[in-house]
Formats: sequence, C-alpha cells, structure tokens
Amino acid sequence: MTETIANAAVNHTVRQLGGPGRMYDEVAVGDRLPELSIPLTRTLIVATAIAGRDYQDVHHDPELAVERGSRDIFMNILTSNGLVERFVTRWAGPAAVVAAIRIRLGAPNYPGDTMVLTGEVTAKDDAEGRVEVSVRGENALGAHVTGTVVVRLPKGENA
Amino acid sequence: MSAAYEDRLRAFVGREIHPLRPGQDPVNVPMIRHWVEAMEDDNPIYLDEEAARATGRDGVVAPASMAQAWVMRGYAATAAAKGGGGPADELTDLLAEGGYTSVVATDSEFEFHRELVPGDHVAAREVVESISPEKATALGAGRFITSLRTYHDQDGEIVAVQRWRILRFRPKPKPQKPREPEERPEGTAAERPEERAPRPQPAINRDNAFWFEAARERRLLIQRCAACRTLRHPPGPCCPECGSFEWDTVRASGDAHVYSFVVNHHPRHPAFDYPLIVAVVELAEGTRLITNLVGVTPEEVEIDMPVVLDWVDAGPESSLPVFRPVAQEGQ
Repeated sequence: MTETIANAAVNHTVRQLGGPGRMYDEVAVGDRLPELSIPLTRTLIVATAIAGRDYQDVHHDPELAVERGSRDIFMNILTSNGLVERFVTRWAGPAAVVAAIRIRLGAPNYPGDTMVLTGEVTAKDDAEGRVEVSVRGENALGAHVTGTVVVRLPKGENA
Repeated sequence: MSAAYEDRLRAFVGREIHPLRPGQDPVNVPMIRHWVEAMEDDNPIYLDEEAARATGRDGVVAPASMAQAWVMRGYAATAAAKGGGGPADELTDLLAEGGYTSVVATDSEFEFHRELVPGDHVAAREVVESISPEKATALGAGRFITSLRTYHDQDGEIVAVQRWRILRFRPKPKPQKPREPEERPEGTAAERPEERAPRPQPAINRDNAFWFEAARERRLLIQRCAACRTLRHPPGPCCPECGSFEWDTVRASGDAHVYSFVVNHHPRHPAFDYPLIVAVVELAEGTRLITNLVGVTPEEVEIDMPVVLDWVDAGPESSLPVFRPVAQEGQ
C-alpha cells in the first residue's frame, strides 16, 4: 500500500517534469524501441574508452591496434555496455532502474562506421515490475552487439 | 598444443585470478560526468540531483554500466610493464606462451543488485570458470576465457555480478588492408571476391585432390566405385559398400534439394556474408554434400527445397560449389 502511494507520487512528479516516465503497465511485449543511430567517430571511441579508464592501446593507438591484428582501433566493451544502457533508458525514462545488461560482441565498431541500435520488449515480469528488452546494434560489418537489457519500471497508479 | 600445456591451463579453472580489490577511487561525480558526456547520455538522474529525486531516488546515481569502470586499474598500471606476478598475470603469460598474445572482450553479462551512488566504494574479485580449447575465429586461433566477477560495496554487500568472456588470440601475421565500410558495395561474396578476406581453403590430399581440381574447372564430380558402381561422397580411397579401391567418377547434373541446413551467426569470418547458410544438399544422383546456399535468405530456406548448382570463386586457385533456389536459375 505504502509502496503504491510512493509509486503514484513518483509517477506524478516524473510526469510533471515532462520526462518520458514510462510506466510498467504502458509497456507491452512486442513494443519496439525508437531506433538510435550512433556515428562512430574516432573521438567517440577514444573518449569513451578513457572515460571508463580503459587505456588498452587497441582502443586509442591505430598502429598498435594493427600490430595486434585489428584493422584499426575499435570500441571497447564497456562502451558497448554504456551505449546499450543509454539506448534502453532513453526509451524507458529516468525512473527506470537497470537490473541487467547482457551483451555479446560480434563485428568490431571501427572509426568511420555507424552503429544503429534497435530493440524490442521480449518479456515482462509482473511481480518484479521488470521488463526485458532485446537489443541489437548493427554496423556496416554486421551485428556489433546483441543482447538483453532488463529494467525495472514504476507501476502505474492503478496497479 | 601439448597435453602438458593443456594441463597448465586447466589448473587455472576455478582459481581466483583477482582477489577482492577495491577500486582506486570511490564512485564520484566527476567520473560520472566524464562518462555520460562521452556516451552522450542525457538521462538526468546521473548529474541532476533534483531530477534524480523526482524519480524516487535519494539523489544522483551512477550509470549501471559504469560498474566495471570503478575498478579499472587506470593509466599507470596499464602503461607499466607486466610482471606484477599475480595469478591474472600468470594466466596472461601462460596464454602468451601459447602464442595468444592479443585480447578482445566478447561477452559481458551484468546483473545489478542495486544502483551505485557517489561515495560507494566498489571492490571486485574474479574467478575463472572455463578456458576453451583452441578455436578458429575471424581474428585468429584463440581461446575463450570465461570468468565470474563479483562487485562488492564498502560493507561487503554484492552490488553486481558479471560473467565475463574474453578471447585471447594469436594475431594473424599480416593485417588485412583496411577497408572503409562505407565504400563496400552491396552484393554477395561471390560477386566481389577481390575485396574479401580470403576464404579458408580446403585441406586437399591425395584422396580428394581430383574433386577439388574438377571444382576449379567448375565441374562437380561424384566418386563411383569401379567394382559395384556405388556413388560416394566425400571422396575417399575405399568403397564403403564393397571395399574396392578402384574408382572412377561421374559428373553431377547439378540438380539437388535441401536435405538439412543451419544458419551461422557467430563467430564471423570476414570471408563470408552473414547470416551464412550452411546446408547439406542431396544431389539428384543420391549423394549428399555440405555446401552454402546463396540467393536465398534463412527465412526462405525449406527442407526439400529444390536447388541448383552454382559456383563461387573461393580464391585465385579454387572454385567451390554452392547451391541456389531453382527459381533463381539464370539470374
């Protein structure tokens, strides 16, 4: 009961802010997320790696990356996690709490390419208020990232 | 790889390669700001106290995906020469000894138990779960190392668990010429072989050389027992029916149907287009052949679908048979 009142208050405030406070009950399995296209600039790849304190040379030094068998520097996996989180939470809204990010990497994200993220709601867990979203990020070479993200969404006022 | 080497690797399975070690700094706003700016993530709960409180939180939180960043060792440790001597370095050295000197991360499966807030001090430990046998990958031959990382807070509570997989691989001796993805034309590998990574070549021996030599001239042969006339494939020295070593060949008509197929998504090899359909086709003559299907999507393929022979140039010195749906013949 207390939780319902608290949720209702949160929902009200989030909506007052005009934010996309997506409610658990507003989401249905099969809903598609708005596509997100991310230009993979060299600066993005380097800046995100450094922001996560990942100083592996393959993420910033082209010559060493080639020496190690890559064709250029490539995005690190922490950034793939971060971009997938951004993609899902911009749809889910600021009230969403991320409960899981499970990803597999395929084709590397090289500079000059573009990654297009798509997603779809694949499951809902009424008891926990959790929504599972399948996510796929494609670049020119194929799927860079595939996986699922689980977010907890606020229950609606009438829940 | 020698059995002794395998044993030394196996000794790491189940071992804690990183004991519980706190990150250098507690969760803090400057690092969060740096992260969300670089990710171009405008979710307000990371930097705007009021917006965070409006969602029912006590204040700003860190992005969930930053969990790993809080325990990264930073520039100094990365730049320093190796040789700290811990079990993680020992495993890295052992893999380097096997030639696996390069590394990429392939999988991360995070479960977050709670959101991290400024002031939290994250520590992590890591235990090896498995080390794969050597696998052929697009990057080179390598081994997948799967481990479990557990993230604790300052009170010892688990805040996140991460299953983590990396590929330690032997870089190919000569890097491929860089290609700009934007400049790649549409089409299949068969239509632009000159731009592709070379296709892995078949292992040719005395028993199967005749078959690949004929394939190079775009003739699909079937081996036939000279004694009992039974057709067989793949090529071999001896008739499985009667045991005769005498054989000749017949040329296949090229008509076939799909007997079975799989769709390969991962891991990828740069010589192929994906999704890659790998099929067993049954030739009109009755023998079966492992091949690729072209001119058809995985959704369109059906068991028993009639298909017809086509060819791909698999390199300057080889052609290989592939099959396409009958309806598309001549296109």
